[in-house]
Amino acid sequence: MVTYVVRRFLLAIPQLLIISIVLFGLMQAIGDPISTLGARTPPRPEEKARLRRMLGLDQPIHIQYLVWLAGNDWLLLDMDGDGVGETPGPRRGILRGDLGNSLVTRQPVVTMIAERLPNTLLLMGTTEIVIIVFSLAIGVYSALRQYSAGDAVITAASFIGYSMPVFWLALMMMYLFAVNFKRWGLPYLPTVGMYDPAVGAEPVEIARHMIMPVATLSIISVAGYSRYVRSSMLEVLHQDYIRTARAKGVREWWVIFHHALKNAALPFVTLIGLDIPFLLAGAVVTERIFAWPGMGRMFIDHVDRSDYPVLMGILMFIALAVVVFQLLTDLTYSVLDPRIRLN
Amino acid sequence: MAPVTLPSAAESTDRTAVVDLGLKPLSPTQLAWRRFRRHKMAMAGLATLVLLTLYTSLGGMLWSRGYCAPIRATLSGEAWANCNDTSLKLQPPSREHPFGTDVIGRDIFARTIYGGQISLLIGITATILEVLLGTAVGSLAAYHGGWVDSLLMRFTEAMLTIPSLFLLIVTAKFFGGRLPDVILFGRELTGSVLVIILIIGATSWMYLARIVRANVLSLREMDYVAAARALGVSNARIIITHLLPNTFAPIIVSATLGVAGAILSEAYVSFFGLGVQVPTASWGNMLESAYKYLESAPWLWFFPGMFILLTVLSINFVGDGLRDAFDPRTR
Repeated sequence: MVTYVVRRFLLAIPQLLIISIVLFGLMQAIGDPISTLGARTPPRPEEKARLRRMLGLDQPIHIQYLVWLAGNDWLLLDMDGDGVGETPGPRRGILRGDLGNSLVTRQPVVTMIAERLPNTLLLMGTTEIVIIVFSLAIGVYSALRQYSAGDAVITAASFIGYSMPVFWLALMMMYLFAVNFKRWGLPYLPTVGMYDPAVGAEPVEIARHMIMPVATLSIISVAGYSRYVRSSMLEVLHQDYIRTARAKGVREWWVIFHHALKNAALPFVTLIGLDIPFLLAGAVVTERIFAWPGMGRMFIDHVDRSDYPVLMGILMFIALAVVVFQLLTDLTYSVLDPRIRLN
Repeated sequence: MAPVTLPSAAESTDRTAVVDLGLKPLSPTQLAWRRFRRHKMAMAGLATLVLLTLYTSLGGMLWSRGYCAPIRATLSGEAWANCNDTSLKLQPPSREHPFGTDVIGRDIFARTIYGGQISLLIGITATILEVLLGTAVGSLAAYHGGWVDSLLMRFTEAMLTIPSLFLLIVTAKFFGGRLPDVILFGRELTGSVLVIILIIGATSWMYLARIVRANVLSLREMDYVAAARALGVSNARIIITHLLPNTFAPIIVSATLGVAGAILSEAYVSFFGLGVQVPTASWGNMLESAYKYLESAPWLWFFPGMFILLTVLSINFVGDGLRDAFDPRTR
């Protein structure tokens, strides 16, 4: 088990390296960060050159990559442009936990991510719970009532949900529950932000603001997952051991929830585990529309400014999350299903 | 294909007395079509897709014309869709403008027609690119094995580790504004359309590559491949004429669903303003910044979104029908 985990991590290292190289290459060309600096008065050419030197953007791309990876505190940098290095570099590199500083805010990227991450995790964690509960409930229900009217309605609804563009669903919900409910004098939901500054960050206030983003995100995922639960449940229900259990006179709900669901949920565990880090990312659109101060929105805001340290930081963080969750999923799977041996 | 005998004949001991009832055995494609036809939702999806195609093609010829006040001329075709009369901005749906007008007074009805052409074009061409890339990577990796396989698959995994929306946004920024305008089907398309096609194709081939690889891996151990190799058939020919046709079904199913994915991807990228650039319309870029008019002008975002939903939904139904038709076991 321990050797397996260690080996998986060793295998992940080249994978993360490839990702970082590909991304770093793309980052260099998404726009010149210097050109977005200096809002009112455009900097003079010599100022630009100095900025470039200070930020290390004058170096060739492979040097920039190495600095990003391993830092430059062992190098002497040439800040005054006379060709002789005199200032030791400030960066420690991602390998030592330094993701660099944002080119826009000058704050360390680590701090910026740490500020936004809890908000994203709050939204995503809640969404994930809603998704799991509803996918299992709806999936089991439609498997037990296969081809009934309820099943047909659920099937149609899940196809629609699955095909729905996230932003359109979000706009429709906002239009109905915020705009029109307000118009009709019904209790309405807030549309944007995490809390009303007049009320403050009270738990109830935040929960009210979370209803629509969570609903938007989960409707689309539940639509896909419940189909998955339904088909694996159907498969299990037709197996011999279920017939045996029923023949023994085991109560029906025990057969369904203890015997059948336990096995039917196995592939579902994989699906959820592999999708969790992607949910982290899938919130980009939702966070943007509902103005939720999370990581996805930060990503979009900084794409416009070509702020590559922040973008690299977020992307590598998500890539790492994907790798970790892949491993966790495999481990969970082997615990749940003793037939699977890790080696 | 081996000759198929009728069941009654197969049961009779006299093997020579095969009764010819004038029935020809159905080919796999005919069988699949027969199963597909029985899938009601898939047929409804197919019908909707035909209607949508007619809407975006014939619609431009039949209904897209009007008087463009700023230049004092009656325009038709795409010029009408791009005519902006700011005195008519943000008009609700009316007789002259069935779907209303947008922020700078363009007719949304005409723009859904021309935007639809772009969205469908992107969906289909990006999928063709996706299929080509995915099939090439998957079959090369599986057929060659060894270091080619590990290199290609490590790369595929690396690509899969980054959520595709991020990859799309970053590549859209990367290629944005770098391609010249082109003329296709008599329309001038901004380079941004090409960019979108390229980046969607380049960021979506990974799943298909895995499917093709898995299929080819099992197929290449078959005797007929060994026979072909013994006859001295070249590797490329073995892959193209012997291996790929046998993975046709999963490729066609995932390509169908890929069109839906590509249309959605275009909408997401354009939603962030990184996709198709104005004045060329697409269903996605019509939604860009439309959410700022959530309350005051819901027709801005309702109609383009509705078209995206209808298209994606129909394609998903067709894809589901194809999957059932090609592989009846999955029902």
